[in-house]
Amino acid sequence: MKILVCISKAPDTTSKIAFTEGNTKFSEDGVQYIVNPYDEWYALVRGLELKESLGGTVTIVTVGTAADEPTIRKALAIGADEAVRIDAEAKDAFQVATEIANYAKGQGFDLILTGKETINYNGSQVAGMIAEHLDLPLVSLASKLDVNGVTATCDKEIVGGLETVEVQLPAVISCAKGMAEQRIPNMRGIMAARTKPLNVVAASASELNTEFVAYDLPAPKSAVKLIDPENMDALVELLHNEAKVI
Amino acid sequence: MSVLVYINSNAGKLSKSAFEAVTYGKMIGDVTVVTNGSTGDDILSSLGAYGAQKVLVDRSFDGTDAQQLTRLIGAAAEATGAATIVFSNDLVGKAVAPRLSVRLSAGLVSGAIGAPDADGKIKVNVFSGKAFGHVKVNTTKRIISLLPNSFQPEEVGGSASIEAFDGNVGAPGLVVKATKQPEGGVPLPEAELVVSAGRGLKGPENWGMVEDLANELGAATACSRPVADIGWRPHHEHVGQTGVAIRPNLYIAAGISGAIQHLAGVNGSKVIVVINTDAEAPFFKAADYGIVGDAFEVLPRLTEAVKKFKSAN
Repeated sequence: MKILVCISKAPDTTSKIAFTEGNTKFSEDGVQYIVNPYDEWYALVRGLELKESLGGTVTIVTVGTAADEPTIRKALAIGADEAVRIDAEAKDAFQVATEIANYAKGQGFDLILTGKETINYNGSQVAGMIAEHLDLPLVSLASKLDVNGVTATCDKEIVGGLETVEVQLPAVISCAKGMAEQRIPNMRGIMAARTKPLNVVAASASELNTEFVAYDLPAPKSAVKLIDPENMDALVELLHNEAKVI
Repeated sequence: MSVLVYINSNAGKLSKSAFEAVTYGKMIGDVTVVTNGSTGDDILSSLGAYGAQKVLVDRSFDGTDAQQLTRLIGAAAEATGAATIVFSNDLVGKAVAPRLSVRLSAGLVSGAIGAPDADGKIKVNVFSGKAFGHVKVNTTKRIISLLPNSFQPEEVGGSASIEAFDGNVGAPGLVVKATKQPEGGVPLPEAELVVSAGRGLKGPENWGMVEDLANELGAATACSRPVADIGWRPHHEHVGQTGVAIRPNLYIAAGISGAIQHLAGVNGSKVIVVINTDAEAPFFKAADYGIVGDAFEVLPRLTEAVKKFKSAN
């Protein structure tokens, strides 16, 4: 079983979100980067579990600059045999997916795993784009993944319910909650990660289909209106007449 | 300008997000809808009321297989010459729109909450609802995937003609083995009213009062991450940064302190009501209406008040 896990960096979930340069750039001031939680908790951990039960290798791939290497080492500390950094600044999902597809092509990966989305851009785009580039089936937002020989069985979310699907390998799977439990790296993993291979490959200079040209923050909320807990009729009245939501 | 809108009509009826997508398409140009499956012509032609002129329907396959739908929508885009393709950013849209983006070399804007401005820039939610981004598309064709509940469907009157369309979709990529039927309640991402609760409820056996209020309002139920993690509630109810992001008209949160990660998933809500025993809970800063009190007393009282209101109106 040859598994490729795609990871992305993301600001720590407690980061204060701010922008600089006339609101055109995300402010990295004081921001701690982590491995995107969906990529780490679900895609990487499930990849490692499959390797542990079926044998094989797990390769981590990311599109990023040398500044992203500490984040890659964090992922290596959890497990994986090696990491590959495609040397470009990640700017657009299409660019990232194209770079990863170009790298993966012809390497014989049985499974390409991604998180369901990043917590910074929330696009849910990369997995589907890789699948189309490589003409592979995609299980989108899978919450369970088992491999039996040349097929994989997945549970995937459908509106309000679940669907169990079977897919021929190789396949691309985007991983959502339920697929695995988060692993905390131990000291041995952290030490081992320092010396694991981290190969840098040149980018194929994929174009940008889209660009974020500006950002803004939501308007601050006005002060909360406190309601007497004994008087819920007053709340219903306000929701009906003032807020007009019921 | 010709706009193609994909809608999922597989449930045999049309969802609110289908009307939202058609309304959005109408703001940009002349709307042709593409869909598949066996939903009746009469139901499909009702899309005309929202501004669709024509509905192309491929009756040769049911379901929402991403590879089949990519071929179908790609063929329809070519047939109509549409430069803009609109999806709802739901579970189907998330699987199909990225594939189509590669197939058509069309830039994809997902999670749109605004119409294209004069320069064609589109506003989207980023940082899990903590900020907005404005996206420019560099390709001649573009795909826009709408965040559910961001646009109010608007009836303009009119009727749509129905045309059979062969997308030459080939074999599905996935074989569906079993389906756990959607539960009876309101699907969370599309819900206009949501009642949510957290650890303050102390145990799964106490969720009856959350469900009672939700039933009385016709709302969906949701929960905080810790509650889903310890298994009190199913994962698909978890709203927040690493769960579902929602934008209902009304979000009622009981026994949730309002950590930044939870707020990220709900701060697109129009009105937020917070019920918490702790007056210092950070959620009150993000709330429109706050009740400092015990959810065990306040929720049943609120349910009664809603019941009284409903019977009087």
